[in-house]
Formats: sequence, structure tokens, C-alpha cells
Amino acid sequence: MISLSQFLIVAAILFGLGVAGLIVNRKNIISLLMSVELILLAVNTNFIAFSHFQGNNAGQVFVFFILTVAAAEAAIGLAIMVVLFRKTHTIEVQNLDNLKG
Amino acid sequence: MQNNLLQIATLIFLLPLFGSVAAGFFGKMLGKRGTNWVTILPVAISFLLSAYLVKVIVLDNHPAVEGVVYNWMTTGVFKFDVALLIDRLSAVMIFIVTFVSLMVHIYTVGYMAEDPSYTRFFSYVSLFTFAMLILVLANNYALMFFGWEGVGLVSYLLIGFWFKRESAVFGSLKAFLVNRIGDIGFVVAMSAILMYFNSLNYADVFAQAHTVATQKMKIFSDYDVSAMSVICIFLFIGAMGKSAQVPLHVWLPESMEGPTPISALIHAATMVTAGIYMVARMSPLFEYSPITLSLVLVIGATTCLFMGLLACFHHDIKRVIAYSTLSQLGYMAVALGASAYDAAIFHLVTHAFFKALLFLGAGSVIIALHHEQDMRKMGGLAKRMPITYLTFMIGALAVSAIPPFAGFYSKDAIIEAVHLSTTPGAHFAYFCVLAGAFITPLYSFRAVFLTFHGKSHVDPHVKVQESSWVILLPLIGLAVPSIIAGGMLVGPMLFAKNNLLGSSIFVLPDHNVLLEMAKTFQGAKLMALDAGDTLAFWLALSGIFVAWFFNLRKPELAEKLKIRFAFLYNIMVQKYGFDDFNQLVIVNGTRRLGDFLYKTSDLKFIDGIFVNGSGKLIQWFARISRKIQTGYIYDYAFSMILGVAVLLIWFLH
Repeated sequence: MISLSQFLIVAAILFGLGVAGLIVNRKNIISLLMSVELILLAVNTNFIAFSHFQGNNAGQVFVFFILTVAAAEAAIGLAIMVVLFRKTHTIEVQNLDNLKG
Repeated sequence: MQNNLLQIATLIFLLPLFGSVAAGFFGKMLGKRGTNWVTILPVAISFLLSAYLVKVIVLDNHPAVEGVVYNWMTTGVFKFDVALLIDRLSAVMIFIVTFVSLMVHIYTVGYMAEDPSYTRFFSYVSLFTFAMLILVLANNYALMFFGWEGVGLVSYLLIGFWFKRESAVFGSLKAFLVNRIGDIGFVVAMSAILMYFNSLNYADVFAQAHTVATQKMKIFSDYDVSAMSVICIFLFIGAMGKSAQVPLHVWLPESMEGPTPISALIHAATMVTAGIYMVARMSPLFEYSPITLSLVLVIGATTCLFMGLLACFHHDIKRVIAYSTLSQLGYMAVALGASAYDAAIFHLVTHAFFKALLFLGAGSVIIALHHEQDMRKMGGLAKRMPITYLTFMIGALAVSAIPPFAGFYSKDAIIEAVHLSTTPGAHFAYFCVLAGAFITPLYSFRAVFLTFHGKSHVDPHVKVQESSWVILLPLIGLAVPSIIAGGMLVGPMLFAKNNLLGSSIFVLPDHNVLLEMAKTFQGAKLMALDAGDTLAFWLALSGIFVAWFFNLRKPELAEKLKIRFAFLYNIMVQKYGFDDFNQLVIVNGTRRLGDFLYKTSDLKFIDGIFVNGSGKLIQWFARISRKIQTGYIYDYAFSMILGVAVLLIWFLH
């Protein structure tokens, strides 16, 4: 039987990978989006683990909602990226510094 | 009765205001004749009503009337009302004010006939009458200050009436600024009164006077002064400004740039006596401050003698009379200092008549010579302007204190009062007023001789003729009281048991010089007949003689003396250097101070540190903080994560 803490450790590793991907990655916006998905999945794993061990199904239902929203978010993110590429001819994160003060 | 009198008094001051508004706003519609009606008629009615008040209050012994006309404002515990006090002092004063004002109104019809701003002038004169009546009738300091500032404002407007002349603009500005210095004194005194007496009503203040008299005021950490003295000295500074006492006298000669009727009304008969009136009104306060009485005495005496001397060295006829006014105001201040308040008011009354007369007479000459004011270009006018000559002569005799003219009684009473006074400084003052008794006829008759006698220096192209009746009527109207007012009033005003001003004036028993004098007083006639026994009378006669000798008999001797004593002569012509001092030290000093403040405080401090400084600070801060804004998403993400981590640690720990 896999214990709760083992689930949580997996989720934490996933979360850490996602955050590291966000910060360390300087190349591609696509990998940024993937990192965000990774973070969301880590959260989902937590939800399912807690739901299972507490015998409450609400958490698993919640995961479905999050997955839907995440799909929509990824679609919008990709759409923005396409527009961005048309405009700037690059999707390299290092070149996107329009917010620079 | 009580309410009736109050209504009458209200009407007295509102009528001139009506005239002023009517002439000021609708003057063009009304035309000259209409303006005459809407201004002269109300003042005439005011005059008749104040005559009625004098009859009721002074002659029929009606007790003083006090009442609220209108609630001005209420601030917390203090209420400021338009409230009037009609007692013997104010009744006498409004009578004088309305009488002289009426005479001047009539005179103006002739004097200003050719002036394009005819209606504006009438509007101002009526407005002045209104403000002066408010000043006199007020029963509290706040309302008095309203009138006080009102007359100051109209004085400014009228001195600068011919605003196209540069000297008139300069003169009006000077008058206004010098008066401001005095007004600061008044405001400070008013605040101190509010602080110590908790009221601005005369009645409340005077009732507490003897208790406050012992209170001390801390100015520096361990230096106590009497609170009453501080109040009185600041009140007197106010009076010095308005009544043109040394060293705040410099504006009065300058004020002669205004039209002559104004010089008569404002700068001789009424407004400049406001300071004297105020001190007399505050006699219950001044009596408890011997230091201030001494100060008043010394300042008054200085003004009296030294300003009189200056009058002997000027050639502009109006300036000579202006310096004479200064000197006579000095006499009044001396009387106040000697606690002879009744004598001061008495001199104020007689002076109002004969000084207005002198000014209007001078105006008659000026208009006949087509606005020529230099006495060196006059002479020999006696035959051509007999009525002006006669009335001017009466004025000169009255101011010179020749019995039985009005000035004799009032001036002699003052000299005698100073002689008996024990206030410190009285010896100096006595010397000054005696010397003044010699100087006064000297300059007055110098003016008479230069203008009306001797060889004519008038421009031969000018056809001199006697002025019209609107000018002569006020001259005669003022000449009559200049002759008789003194003899008529001296008994009832100064020496009667129940005297004219009665309880309006308060004198401590050991200051009461007039009571002392009353013991030897045996009626006006005897006083005039005994004039030969007094030193002042002989000094006055010798003054006339000297004036005659140097101006008609041997004018060349005067020229020689002028060269021999060139140094003294220069001091006189420079007016003791007051004007130069003011110009050099005060005006330039103020300018430099302003320049200095502009350069350091304004440019460096406010502009440099506050305005530009705060801008620069923000720029500097922005320059540093913009470096944090890299624009890279991963940096923002990192800082967000860092923030979340910090929050987590904060909450879980």
C-alpha cells in the first residue's frame, strides 16, 4: 500500500520541477507553459491523494474542473504565443523584455 | 425713547451710506445735479438728527444708550455685533463729523465742478462719512476697527483720487502703508484685550479695568510687564498711525495730493482725530497705565513743536496747513497724556472748525488761481478775495490762540493742564507746548501774509475773482463756530460740575488736572480778558509780529538768515530727514530683506529643497528601482515564488 506521504513527495517533486522550469528556462515560451501545467498537475495529485485517504470524493471532482480550466489556459497561452510570434518573430523568453523599466 | 434713539443713530450712519451707493453706482444716470441731491441731502438729514441726539443726550441729560442693531457674527463664545453706544462723547463727535462733512459736501459742489470724476468723488466723501460715524458710534472694538479701516481705505482712495498724477499715487500708497503699521498696533491691542478681558465690549472692558490693572504679562522668561501698559501702548501705536504722531506722521503731508475738500474733511477735521477720540474713549484703560500716559505726553509734545517748526519752511500752502494739523494733533495728544481728556476733545472740536476753515479757505485761493498752491506765486489777494481773506484770517487767529477765538480757549486749557500735570515728562511737554504757542502764529500768519498781503506775484494772465457762493457758504458756516465755539463750550466742556462729556471720560482722582484748574476758572469772558497774564498769549503775539517782520517788513533779512544758518535750514527743508531715513533704511531695507528672502528662502529653500528637491528625490529613487524591473518573465516569476515562500514561512512559523 502506498502511503499518503509518498504521494505528497511525488507531488512536491513535480511542483519543484515546474517552478524550476519557470525560473531556470530562458529559451522557449512553450516550455514555460509546460512548467505551468506541471505545477497544476502537482496540485491535482495532492487533491486526489487527500481525497482518497480521507474518503471524500469532492477532491477528485475538483480535479476534473482544474483539468478543464488548465486545458483552456493552455489553449489561450498557445494562442497568445502564436500571435506573439507573428509580431516579434521570436518566442525566446530572453528577447521578450518589453516590461523593462 | 431708548429704542427711538437707537433707530435715529442707525439712520444717521446709514444715510451717508445710501448717498455713497447711489452716487457711486448710479452717478452717471443721476448726473451732477442728481448726485448733489442724493449725497448732500442725506448728510444734511444726518446732521440734523445728530444735532437732535446732542440735544437729548448732552443737554437734556438722557443716560447713555447702548443697543445691538445687527448680529455680525458669532464665533464660539464671542459675539461680534453691530452695536451702537450713544453717550455724550459719541454724540459730540458725530455732531462734529456730520457738520464738517455737510460743509465739505456743499463746498465740493463748487470745488470739483470741473472735474470729470465728480460723482465718484461724492461717493467717496459720503462713504467716508459713513465709516467715520461707525468708528465713533461703535460700542465694541471690532466694530470700531471696521470703521477705523473704512476711513483708512477711503483716505487712500481720496489721496489717490487724481490717480494719473504719479505723486498722488505715491502719496496714497504711503498713507496706506504707514497706517497699516498703526493698525497692527490696534489689532495686537485688540487681541490682548480679548485675552485679558474676555470681551470686546467697551462696557465690559471698562468694568474690569481696575482688576486687570494689577495683572502682569510675561514677555521674556523672567521679565514681567503690566498687561495694561502693553495693551495701552499698542492702542496708542494705533492712534499714532491714524493721528499722525511722530514717527508715523510722514503720510500726512503726502496726503495733500488729494483734492482740498478731502484735506479739510479727512486729513484735518475728522479722520486724523480718530486716534485722539480712541484714546479719550479708552481713558479708563489709559488711566491705569502711567507709563503710556508719559509716552503719549512726550510723543505729543515732540510732534507739537517739531512739526510746527517745519510748517515755517514750506511754500506749498496746503503743506503748511498740513504741518499745522500735525502740530495741533500734538497738542491734543499732550492733553491726553496729561489726563485732560476733556481738553483734548475740546481742542479736537475747535480744531475741526478752524482747520477745516483754513483748508477750505486755502482751497478757495487755489481754485481762484487755477490750481496754484505755491505761496511764492500768490500775494496781495486780500482785496480781490475779501470773504476768503476774512474767513482765512479768522481761521489763522483761531489756530494762533488769540482770544476770543475758539482756539484760544482749548489751547490755553491744554497748556495750563500740562503745567499742572504731574505725569513724568510734563516739564518737557510744557516747554514744547509753550514753544508751539509761538510757532503756531508764526507759520499761520506767514501763510496769511504771503497769500493775501504784500506784492502780488500772481501770474498776470490769471484773472483772480472771489469764489462762488457754494464755496463761500461753508467758509462762513465754519468761520462762525471758529469764533464762538471756544467761549461757548469752555465752561460746560471742561469745568462744569456735570460737564459735557460726563461719565464718558474716566480720570483717576490724582491725575485730575482739570478739577484743579476749575478752582480758578471764573467764566469764559474773564478767561479771555485775563489772557494778558499768560505767557502763551504774549508768545502768540510775538509770533505774529515775527511773521510780519520777516515776511512783509524785511523779507531780505530772512534770506540772509537762511544763508547764515544754512545747516539748520537744510535740516528743516529735509523735514529732519524722516523721509530720507524711511526711504534709505526702511524702504531699501525692506527691499533688501525681500531680495534676500527671495534669493535664499524662496529660490534656495522652497524652490530648491521642497519643489525641485522632492522631484529629484523621486527621480533618484526611480533610477534605482527601475533596475529591478528587468522585463524578463522568469524574474517576475522568481520574485513571486520568493514572496510565496516568505509568506509561507511567516504564517507557518
